[in-house]
Amino acid sequence: MRSDTFGITVENISVTYSNAHLALYNASCYVQPGTITGLVGPNGGGKSTLFRTIMGFVNPNQGRIHIDGLSVKMAQKRQLMAYVPQADDVDWNFPVSVADVVMMGRYGYMNMLRIPGREDRRQVAESLERVGMVDFRHRQIGELSGGQKKRAFLARAMAQKSRVILLDEPFTGVDVKTEKRIVNLLLQLREEGHTILLSTHDLASISTFCDRTILLNRTVLAEGTTAETFTEENLSMTFGSLPLSSLNPTQVMPNQYPLSTQDQLTD
Amino acid sequence: MVHALISTFHGPLPLLGVMLNPLWQWLIEPLQAGFMVKAIWVSAFVGVVCAVLSCYITLKGWSLMGDAVSHAVVPGVVVAYAMGLPFALGAFIFGFGATVIIGYVKSATRLKEDAVIGVIFTGFFAFGLVLATKIPSNVDLFHILFGNVLGISPSDIIQTLIAGIATLVIILVRRKDLLLFCFDPNHAKAIGLNTQLMYYTLLSVLALTIVTALQTAGIVLVVAMLVTPGATAYLLTDRFDHMLAISVATSVISCVVGTYFSYHLDISTGGSIVVLMTMLFTLAMVFAPKYGLLRQKIMRQVPVE
Repeated sequence: MRSDTFGITVENISVTYSNAHLALYNASCYVQPGTITGLVGPNGGGKSTLFRTIMGFVNPNQGRIHIDGLSVKMAQKRQLMAYVPQADDVDWNFPVSVADVVMMGRYGYMNMLRIPGREDRRQVAESLERVGMVDFRHRQIGELSGGQKKRAFLARAMAQKSRVILLDEPFTGVDVKTEKRIVNLLLQLREEGHTILLSTHDLASISTFCDRTILLNRTVLAEGTTAETFTEENLSMTFGSLPLSSLNPTQVMPNQYPLSTQDQLTD
Repeated sequence: MVHALISTFHGPLPLLGVMLNPLWQWLIEPLQAGFMVKAIWVSAFVGVVCAVLSCYITLKGWSLMGDAVSHAVVPGVVVAYAMGLPFALGAFIFGFGATVIIGYVKSATRLKEDAVIGVIFTGFFAFGLVLATKIPSNVDLFHILFGNVLGISPSDIIQTLIAGIATLVIILVRRKDLLLFCFDPNHAKAIGLNTQLMYYTLLSVLALTIVTALQTAGIVLVVAMLVTPGATAYLLTDRFDHMLAISVATSVISCVVGTYFSYHLDISTGGSIVVLMTMLFTLAMVFAPKYGLLRQKIMRQVPVE
């Protein structure tokens, strides 16, 4: 398999929901392997739908998606994709602990009874350590702060050891410190060869660490390196006419975000 | 033998013996009737099966689905009796069939799920009533609706046991996947699990559990046995294994004590079991250490730091 078939290939995807709402029309884009790619667009512009289609939660009316050259179904079976859900999509009152949630990332590697083995426990411990959640591992998930909740689910994605990690609105409802910490973890994961796709409507932060950006409003309007994509013309096409000053996009070059190791893993 | 046991209380601790004697009589006396021994262990067994499933049903938010399936089995029971087939078979086919139809109508129309469930299960139930009043059979509508564990027949016990054991085995083998399916079906899908299969697995064990509980609680009250123990336990703990244990304990206690009350006070068995369950739920709701109403009230009065 040639390396240019790696990453996520989205070809001419259209999605219509059962209420006849056309969420995506003829969207095509390519997520390069080993990059952090930001998916940007207005609310209702189809970001979540594209995510859900890539993950296989929604079946498109037309079009094809390949993950590292494989169909979505094969990619699921081979644990190629991990998903960090939006906070709103999780039942925080569910009687599971942080460690239980992270262990769920390992289910795909276990036998039918899902009895964890030594490797599963090691991966869970390591993931908890990396996100700095070891001390909270026995907490019920509803007893966590917003940032801790995000880190618990990021740990699950890490324990899954998937090449591709998708994060749906990872910075919604977290403070600046947590955002920085999550960004640091994402940069580490990129260094380790993971492909990361995240959706956000926070344009200012995306230009600080996303290598590439996809602009989406019902269809893909622009894609490329963040520097070339974040033009006033592209942004006003995506969001309608917004004053550029409110977006503050191109001050920092992508790939230049300092990968510091001191200010992580301390709480 | 009973008298020998009672007399041991009179020996070293006469006062305690006098106090315990009526309670002891109350517990032992019904057991001299064979039908009561049967009724007690059958209802205890049904209590275990319902309690285990109720944890999943509560967490998945399928209480209304449980109500639907229980009502939808009526035509199945009537047809099975009329054709001389085991009641459990007819009940399972119609109960499960109703859930499949609910799933289809929901996906094919713009209606919300609760409307679809409401339409389909009442339709099945009404059809069952029509059949029961027209088809000549010895089926007693009152027993289907309200249960009759005190008069349970050996063949009904066998059917109850088969349905109950099948339920417990399926849940035991698939318990972690079912819990993941209740908690985060998207993640289940993302790691390549067949969520469609899990949806139907949970629906089949729901139908099987209703078949199990039919003779004890009756159609009208089955849903209480499928929801109340899990709901009670959910108010008392944050851990799923504890939730299972508490659910089973409250359910079995209610089933056994409820059957005793039914015998002594000559009241409906299903009714007395469910009244006890509801009382335990109310206690949990008020006094639960973390999520109880009292605790919440105290928490509101004392601002945290």
